[in-house]
Amino acid sequence: MAESFVRKEMLEAQAPPASQAGAIAWVRENLFSGPLNTILTLLGIVVIYWLISTSLPWWLNGVWNASSLSECRSIVAASAGEGATGACWAMLRERWHQFIFGFYPPESYWRPILAFVLLFVALAPVLFTSVPRKALWFTAIYPALCFWLLWGGPIWTPIVAMMGFVILGLAVVYLSSYLGAPGSAAAGVVAAVLWWLFLQGPVAGFLASNLPFGLASVNSDRFGGFLLAITIGVTAIGCSLPIGIILALGRQSNMVIVKALSVAFIEFIRGVPLITLLFTASLLLQYFLPPNTNFDIILRVIILVTFFAAAYLAEVIRGGLAALPRGQYEAADALGLDYWQAQRLIILPQALKISIPGIVSSFIGLFKDTTLVAFVGLMDPLKGVTQIVRADMNWKGIYWEPYIFVGAIFFIICFGMSRYSMYLERKLKTDHR
Amino acid sequence: MKKSVFLGTVAGATMLAGAAMAGTLDDVKARGELICGSNTGLTGFGTPDASGNWVGFDVDLCRAIAAAVLGDGSKVKFVPTTGETRFTALQSGEVDVLVRNSTWTFSRDTELALDFVAVNYYDGQGFMVKKDLGVSSAKELDGATVCIQTGTTTELNLADFFKQNNISYTPVTVADDSEAQRQYLAGACDAYTTDASGLAASRATMPDADNHIILPEIISKEPLGPVVRHGDSNWGDVVRWTYYALLIAEEKGITKANVEEMAGSSTDEEVKRLLGVSGDMGPKIGLDNAAFKNAIAAVGNYGEIFAANIGEGTTINLARGLNALWTQGGLQYAPPFR
Repeated sequence: MAESFVRKEMLEAQAPPASQAGAIAWVRENLFSGPLNTILTLLGIVVIYWLISTSLPWWLNGVWNASSLSECRSIVAASAGEGATGACWAMLRERWHQFIFGFYPPESYWRPILAFVLLFVALAPVLFTSVPRKALWFTAIYPALCFWLLWGGPIWTPIVAMMGFVILGLAVVYLSSYLGAPGSAAAGVVAAVLWWLFLQGPVAGFLASNLPFGLASVNSDRFGGFLLAITIGVTAIGCSLPIGIILALGRQSNMVIVKALSVAFIEFIRGVPLITLLFTASLLLQYFLPPNTNFDIILRVIILVTFFAAAYLAEVIRGGLAALPRGQYEAADALGLDYWQAQRLIILPQALKISIPGIVSSFIGLFKDTTLVAFVGLMDPLKGVTQIVRADMNWKGIYWEPYIFVGAIFFIICFGMSRYSMYLERKLKTDHR
Repeated sequence: MKKSVFLGTVAGATMLAGAAMAGTLDDVKARGELICGSNTGLTGFGTPDASGNWVGFDVDLCRAIAAAVLGDGSKVKFVPTTGETRFTALQSGEVDVLVRNSTWTFSRDTELALDFVAVNYYDGQGFMVKKDLGVSSAKELDGATVCIQTGTTTELNLADFFKQNNISYTPVTVADDSEAQRQYLAGACDAYTTDASGLAASRATMPDADNHIILPEIISKEPLGPVVRHGDSNWGDVVRWTYYALLIAEEKGITKANVEEMAGSSTDEEVKRLLGVSGDMGPKIGLDNAAFKNAIAAVGNYGEIFAANIGEGTTINLARGLNALWTQGGLQYAPPFR
């Protein structure tokens, strides 16, 4: 009887064969796994080589110190030989402030910069739960503070305007026991509107004349570049989210008029291109308003951009609402929650979580769409400022440099938003798929 | 039907707006600032410089009007307008006057209810080609590819010109001047066509300007000038005569530098009336007697404005050509100042 062999000790683990691991295997598996893929890989290499070989000298020969495009060209020709190409970044050295601030008075550049820094302070408690909740108070006053920093004027204007919201809040708190939540909210809105329409002007004027304290005021026509894009983008993003949520809920509502109005608004705004709305803001509104009405063009544009974004957001959020199982609504009813409690505690947190990617991509789209304001004569960074820079005899004929600069900044901002949305999705992920 | 109701409403609103704004001159005086519709950036004619100050040939006319009305050439707010928004901005009262290289045409003058009060630059459409193409006349461009900006009158002029001469071309459409220049230099088209002043500016900034020529044919008339609203003739007169004052100043040799001296010493009766030394020409249209003197002191005479912004010696290097005074064979002619 043959003795059977039984191994007593474990074999040492061996390195896999060279063809199955490491770089070679990766290349074989991913780049040269078959005739078609091999051909595609080689073609790809040729394209990349061509791109780099044609554009690399242009990047390497970049000139930072010159006062005109022709001077750039002669510097490039002197250093890299006749016929060489080179980027002329000197244009940015001379004009970067117009790409960032437009015509904002240079001695006041600290104001938009401070407003921009404070924007992150105000956003922090909204974006990250680890920040103390008390910081939300700063977020609440930030819009007025930002307005005052950017446009200047007496400090009383924003303070008195914010008083309207205080009145609204007080009415809700103190009247809700008599009138109920909707009644007190309506009373508060009426009181606030009365305040804004009739009392705000005189009170602000009185305070400003007795306690003159403020910043030099800056007109809207001085705004341009990224200052304009970010002002329009951030305001529209901030305002469109709540409006979008209300529209989405309105569209789901059982009340006929609310539903009809929401559907009509959403479908009308979504059915019209943004550029049409911008022309409406800039041209048509002027005809219908009384002559010499000074209705700020930036404000008009912000309002219509907000409407546009809100209509899209409403549909994105409706998608989130529709994705919730019926049982969630029934569970909320079974707990005895009223409509607003159910929405606030059960429905919206889940629906919004589902909609995050859609909401953020709407925001990114909205931010990039702010460049369209160039068509109504505002100085957006991409077309407006680029055009005035090119109209300068010194820089006429410059082509790629402004686009690359503006494009890079847009990329950074949009990429940042996209990364944040991915962080938020991971953090809120509660299912175990 | 619906469309006509809508247009009627717009027209009605325009008329209301027009009626309520009959006194543009008073509005400007009350505001203490002239609002001038300008280009969003056109080399030599109107563009902000690195510190945000507007400079250019059209811009100087705005400053002259401000100096005439308000006594200070710096009291102007420039509102950049695009090709689409410019006329509405004027009609709706957003701007007081439009000085934005706009071509005077029949339909703009009548249908749009605007008044072109003068022509401050006579332009025309031309062609630029590379020298080694061996072409010396636009009529030899048979079969050429031509870079052309879309949606402009130049596109229509081009089609007409080639049709009339029984030759063919392939259009390469581009969005704006910088793209056209790029396509042309990259060899995507044999010829680039736009207003001759624009061609000259483009050519001046090319790396190899000597290898490009502007052909002699001018295939269209492009009279560019300041525009005001219909129905406010007094304001139209103010703008028109401020412009003519600059022309007369050149004719009479009054410059920015010697305007005070001329006012004191000149014995020419027309000069004395123009500078407000005698007569009451200014008050007749609601201005100071020194209005035109202020305008000349602020920006100089027509020739000086031309030389400083677009004339020979600047990088753009445009010859006076049609824009020379009538005494020197050009078309710039001011009626007598009396």
